[in-house]
Amino acid sequence: MSATVTRPMTAVPASTVRAATDEPLGVKILLVVVSIAFLALFLLVPLVAVFGEGLRKGLGAYWASLTDPAALAAIKLTLITAGIAVPLNLVFGVAAAWAITKFNFRGKSILITLIDLPFAVSPVISGLIYVLLFGMQGWLGPWLQSHGIQIIFAVPGIVLATIFVTFPFVARELIPLMQAQGNDEEYAALTLGASGWQTFWRVTLPNIKWGVLYGVILCNARAMGEFGAVSVVSGHIRGKTNTVPLHVEILYNEYNFVAAFAVASLLTLLALVTLVIKTIIEARLHQELKQTTETPTGEA
Amino acid sequence: MSIEVKHISKTFGNFTALHDVSLRVNDGELVALLGPSGSGKTTLLRIIAGLEAADANSSSEILFDDSSVTQRPVGQRRVGFVFQHYALFRHMTVFENIAFGLRVRPRALRPSKAEISDRVHQLLKLIQLENLGGRYPSQLSGGQRQRVALARALAVEPKVLLLDEPFGALDAKVRQGLRDWLRKLHDEIHLTSVLVTHDQEEALEVADRIVVMNQGRIEQDGTPEDVFHKPANPFVMEFLGQVNVFQGRVRRGQALLGEMAIEYPNYEADQERDAMVYMRPHELDIKRSRNGVASLAARVVRVNPAGSVAKVNLRSGEGQNIYVDLPLERLQELQLAHGEEVYVYPKNARVFVPDYVI
Repeated sequence: MSATVTRPMTAVPASTVRAATDEPLGVKILLVVVSIAFLALFLLVPLVAVFGEGLRKGLGAYWASLTDPAALAAIKLTLITAGIAVPLNLVFGVAAAWAITKFNFRGKSILITLIDLPFAVSPVISGLIYVLLFGMQGWLGPWLQSHGIQIIFAVPGIVLATIFVTFPFVARELIPLMQAQGNDEEYAALTLGASGWQTFWRVTLPNIKWGVLYGVILCNARAMGEFGAVSVVSGHIRGKTNTVPLHVEILYNEYNFVAAFAVASLLTLLALVTLVIKTIIEARLHQELKQTTETPTGEA
Repeated sequence: MSIEVKHISKTFGNFTALHDVSLRVNDGELVALLGPSGSGKTTLLRIIAGLEAADANSSSEILFDDSSVTQRPVGQRRVGFVFQHYALFRHMTVFENIAFGLRVRPRALRPSKAEISDRVHQLLKLIQLENLGGRYPSQLSGGQRQRVALARALAVEPKVLLLDEPFGALDAKVRQGLRDWLRKLHDEIHLTSVLVTHDQEEALEVADRIVVMNQGRIEQDGTPEDVFHKPANPFVMEFLGQVNVFQGRVRRGQALLGEMAIEYPNYEADQERDAMVYMRPHELDIKRSRNGVASLAARVVRVNPAGSVAKVNLRSGEGQNIYVDLPLERLQELQLAHGEEVYVYPKNARVFVPDYVI
């Protein structure tokens, strides 16, 4: 800079100066109040109600509902289901995102569309597809039956339906991130003599780790909370094929409100934990993307 | 190590990026591939590196030191590749970036920790960033990042260095500095290098040899002096530096441009043909009087003395813009006035007749 220009201040009284984007105070207050009232009515009150109903007959009854053998079995099944579905969809999601963003191949757009299918289809339909395929009257039913394999109304059906429904989460999260990051770092690693495997572990994965975690958290929340698709294939056998959401429904239909809300509060807790983790990861993810889009300056 | 490519073609869908290109780069040479965007220069560089495969063709071949590497994957070609946007590993420190190529070697070939550290520090010294080994790429300026990228490429002791528009994303001053530094570095280590650029000034300044490319073909391959002063065709003439282009005619050993005649012994026939006459701004002079045949009458439109030469913009009688670079002393002598009528004298001109090229 060769010269610094000092601009004389214009003599406008400070109180009348207002940025063009500022709203009058009244409008601000109104908007904030409306938002908070809406949130309270539709989100906070139900949230409190879940815990309130569950604890209505005291902590003892609450605890008894959770430690009931049927409830424990449902919790165990939910954990098993998520424990299988989430890792599988993690591997699939990373592989699909890798394939879509790093390679050009025929049928790429079809693959992208297929990944979105579970989001587009009603979960009940997803469940019915499996009944149609593996059920007694289904295409593969007779063959499976003659080999003594049961999928529908059993744990494998529940796992399959959950995998189907939670298919898109990881891939959907990673594709835009990896597209933004481009392939240059991978190419650089290859020219430096790294193998494909080394490139993946040392270059690609560290770059997308927060995106992966974000996808996994959402995938897990949905896997544990899924109702529709699982309901169709489970058969609702208490203590055997009931997941937590299905168990809540059964209890509710039996007018056992305290137990229903007590078990439901578990899912609510899961939601709250998910939200907290999600918020933390989002900040990291934002940083990951910022580093990508930031244009380097030219000073030496 | 010498590089030779033979009969390389490459198509992307309907677009032909390279048409049967052959090129040789001698051991220790620094060659610039120069051309506009879409000319195929980057594609050729990526094919040499092995990041891209040429179209399958029995006569196409890539040779390093006269032995074929066509089938060798990129990791085994031992090329150092520097990308336009640096492509530094963003989650690694500068130190780790430079060490990467050594760390991923198979255990038997991997240097010890101490050796790696020594080598990295040596390279940090070379790129003058000794104290920044612990920084992350996002904490560096563009010029620093590109130096790190270069050090990372050099760490694995490549046999050839391939640079893809390495200074393209930097501002003018940093670019000039890095250019000089790269040339100095090349003079010290004599690594066979290929530099892709669309900046003719960069190519002229840095390279031993310039290969001018356009639309997937090589237009000219020669020393900077040759391509600048003896351009093989109108494309090279127009691409390397500013040029005044006039539509003229040729007949009986002369090119005619309005009332101006220029010797053109290559065409002796009586029949007139259209021709293009090219004159560089620094090869023109301005005079007040008309004391010869070979001159063009023009009016002064604008004089810009801010620079190492004065840039004078004139308009001819036919309304064509003419650009003249005058030495500042000459401008002082002339004292040109706006709108004044003067005469433009070519000191040198090149005539290109379609199918007849000087």
